[in-house]
Amino acid sequence: MRRETRFGSLEHYEKGGVEVINDDPRNYAFSNIFEVASKSEPYEKVAVGKNLKYVLEAIRAEGTSPWYAASHDEAAIVMDGEIEIRLVKLEDKLVAEDHEGTTMLEGNPKGKKMGYIVARRGHMALLPKGAAYQFHASKPGVILLQTIRGDLTAERWKDICQK
Amino acid sequence: MPQTNASNEYGYRSFSVGGFSFERDEYFAHIKWPGGSHTMPMDAFLRALMRDISWSFFYGIVNFDQVFGTTNHYGNVDVFAGLYNAGYRAQNKHHVENFKTEEVRAVFEAMLDDWTNEGFDPFAAPEETGTPFGPKRGGNRAAITRKRLVANRMTGMKGDIPLRTDAAGNPVNRQFADVSQDEPEVHAEPGFENEVHAFNFFGYVSRSDVTWNPSVCSAVKYSQVCATTEEFILPIIHGNDRVEWFVQLSDEIHWDIQDRESGAPRARVVMKPGDVAAMPADIRHQGYSPKRSMLLVWENNDATLPDLYAKKKLKPNPVDF
Repeated sequence: MRRETRFGSLEHYEKGGVEVINDDPRNYAFSNIFEVASKSEPYEKVAVGKNLKYVLEAIRAEGTSPWYAASHDEAAIVMDGEIEIRLVKLEDKLVAEDHEGTTMLEGNPKGKKMGYIVARRGHMALLPKGAAYQFHASKPGVILLQTIRGDLTAERWKDICQK
Repeated sequence: MPQTNASNEYGYRSFSVGGFSFERDEYFAHIKWPGGSHTMPMDAFLRALMRDISWSFFYGIVNFDQVFGTTNHYGNVDVFAGLYNAGYRAQNKHHVENFKTEEVRAVFEAMLDDWTNEGFDPFAAPEETGTPFGPKRGGNRAAITRKRLVANRMTGMKGDIPLRTDAAGNPVNRQFADVSQDEPEVHAEPGFENEVHAFNFFGYVSRSDVTWNPSVCSAVKYSQVCATTEEFILPIIHGNDRVEWFVQLSDEIHWDIQDRESGAPRARVVMKPGDVAAMPADIRHQGYSPKRSMLLVWENNDATLPDLYAKKKLKPNPVDF
């Protein structure tokens, strides 16, 4: 019997939730990526998961983002839409080795063009250490970013989580 | 070497480690220890045993059911009965023995090998495999010796875990026939072919031939994004020794959450596509997936964490608000 696989999107998502028996729902920090992105500004990096210094960020991709870089690899999973990711090998080390999380760069980065990726729902892309990257989405989309908590990470748990 | 006896009337060998002994008949595993015994249906026992071995005793506690299981201390392992069961503990009927990891592994691997019949795959969904019941009937070594896939940086990169393809013997699973297999457009300038990388993550997951078996697909230092396909029931009740997170990528899973120590019910968590939920460090959980679904399990692989949580230097819940 063939069954339909259900994914979520900005236009259509349905939330589950925590049914408490003897607990506090806040222990589960329950949220939904599409709901968070539907209420975010373009390229706002909202933590939906946090494990000590590590985070998963929900990002609403819309238009062209600033350029970013990090001292470590990051991974982007496209959850909705089509995202172009532009990559430049940085000529100068703009982010200190011990500075973790995403750093926003000023203007356009100097360096060789590494190439670009066009990713759609379900695709995962590497944002490699030592590279600058920029997102572009002609229509709103959603990225789930695996990274480390940084200067740009927005934590608004009480707004996004079940209470 | 595991201590084994001659085959019983059903053709199966018996095994022991320390004071624990294990026997099987056509339907059940019979576990005995000084002062007690326990019976598990063979399908549930083999599925739990498979995960315990494959995950090298995993993060924390692998409860085969509400009585029997193992606790990983990373180098040594507790084998227990009733240790995390309030009824057993209240009557002081629990039993626990500690072994070097390799000693338990050798016994468990030999037991899994002997007790798994031809045609039964403990990693497969029930609808996709044969029966584990009945007298001894061949074996299925290929199914029980799969290696856990752990990407160093990202799946599909040169020198890392390879992508799954039809040609490599990884067809799309019957319940993911409608999942897009299109690849991202990767345009790398000369010299950057190994750095500009993307792959169809959902497509990769749709080709998994195992259930409830996370593979690491990308790593940022100790942060590991693991992907797994889930169908039917998580064959173990996982007791956390650290916080982990779930992101429901497709379809739906219902989780029963219990207190890690006693098994007392705490909550149910229903997850739909795009939902994100933490599993606190002081719970145990078991999931139910009515249709094969895709789950992202997000782990922190920092080896110092279990001790910090055990000593209460870290709170069991990941965020306060």
